[in-house]
Amino acid sequence: MSGGQTVTLDIRRLVGRFSISATEHIGRVSYLVLEMARSLREWKVWMPRTFEQAQAIGYGSLFIVALTAGFAGAVTSLQAGYQFTGGIPAYFYGGVITESIILELAPVLTAMVLAGRIGARFAAELGSMRVTEQVDALESLGRSSISHLVLPRVIAGTVMLPILVVFADVVGVVSGWWAAKGALEITNADFIYGAQYFFRPWDLWYSMIKSLFFGLAITVVPCYMGFTTKQGAEGVGRSTTTAVVSASVLILFLDAVLAKVLLTK
Amino acid sequence: MIELRAVSKRFGDLIVLDGVDFNVRKGETVALLGPSGVGKSVLLKHINGLIHPDRGEVWVDGQSVTRLKRRDLAKLRSRIGYVFQYGALFDSMSVADNIKLGITDEESASDQEYAAARAIQCLELVNLDPAVAEKFPAELSGGMKKRVGIARAIAGQPTYLLWDEPTSGLDPVNADVIDSLVEKLDDELGVTSVVVTHDVRGAFRVADRIAMLMEGRIRAIGTPAELKANTDPAVQEFLERDLTIPVTH
Repeated sequence: MSGGQTVTLDIRRLVGRFSISATEHIGRVSYLVLEMARSLREWKVWMPRTFEQAQAIGYGSLFIVALTAGFAGAVTSLQAGYQFTGGIPAYFYGGVITESIILELAPVLTAMVLAGRIGARFAAELGSMRVTEQVDALESLGRSSISHLVLPRVIAGTVMLPILVVFADVVGVVSGWWAAKGALEITNADFIYGAQYFFRPWDLWYSMIKSLFFGLAITVVPCYMGFTTKQGAEGVGRSTTTAVVSASVLILFLDAVLAKVLLTK
Repeated sequence: MIELRAVSKRFGDLIVLDGVDFNVRKGETVALLGPSGVGKSVLLKHINGLIHPDRGEVWVDGQSVTRLKRRDLAKLRSRIGYVFQYGALFDSMSVADNIKLGITDEESASDQEYAAARAIQCLELVNLDPAVAEKFPAELSGGMKKRVGIARAIAGQPTYLLWDEPTSGLDPVNADVIDSLVEKLDDELGVTSVVVTHDVRGAFRVADRIAMLMEGRIRAIGTPAELKANTDPAVQEFLERDLTIPVTH
């Protein structure tokens, strides 16, 4: 190196710094969640705003959710046809496609898409409000920024995600069925028989429980990131990116944990 | 009465306030002068609890701001109007709705007729056309946003007003309008004000007392005449730049 300086990577310092930062974030997120729980009693404030947010999240996301689930269902069908060649009864495809959509693809893909669409929006909105002192302005007027800004977003997102996942389940299964009929030449009766044969009501519950957790992930993390934004426009950009990446990673992590906890016998 | 006792605040390695003692008596207007980035706005935000001190205490009307419970702090804040440097208007709301949000008394706020009339009245007080009420913040100039911010801060008829650079970025005519408004609220309504400003002439015009914040501490405080007579070279250097033109009080 020029100047004879050497740079050494001190692993202990790096781990120490990461641990402190992680602990700090966990502490602040916990505090935010506690504040949200306390603010639940201010329902006159958060309820009307929650309806507005729910409408924006639900209605506004229908197209992208349908598109994602539709392609996921069709591709699952085509890949099932490619993988399971010969010796596999036709009804088996109905089970594989339906279960793949309900158990995994619809909840995870819908959550991922919404982490980008809703999570980014929440982080950017709240981040902008933070750096332009709008959050401080709200607090200075004696109003709770949690009840006005955070709770409506978190509740709306957490409630709407399972509903959107049910919608994605339907679209995904129908598109998978349609693709299976075209590409794999299986009959309606075979597909329905397979879907019913492998389906257990718990699968739907599992899908809903997962969506609730994913809903919390894609709302709490971006709201936290937006709320703790610093340093102007650059900070808003950083918060938005971090929010989407963190929410996406958390979705994958929760997916693995919930599969282990809820599906392992 | 507002009282800061030995308030210290640091952000990372940067010491912003280093044992600040500062008080404002009821009905008084105190201007807080000092170079940019010295911590004037940070001090102001301690008064309504937007920032908590690392050490020291902040008292308003005999209540310790740092120890107040959430609900009590909200009640206290509803009596303290805060004028933000850049207006801090809510982008998604019309000007009228922004001002209505400043009506902190729930009964008055729920009376739609009163709230609408109060919004117009506050706009007129800050020299803005009532037609502005229907516009959104994005449609306003920087100066107009600032005046709407002032209208929102006074809408709830607060007993205290904290002004963060109320005249920066305004043309001289509108800066005079705001200075007159500070004087009017002080004289007619008995509002207690703390005005953070760079504008030395404006401070000498509106303030009963002026405090000079430097290097994390109150370097000088007194009436305008006392401050003019202060022999501290740093204080004189700061004042002399802007006081070459005579000031009428």
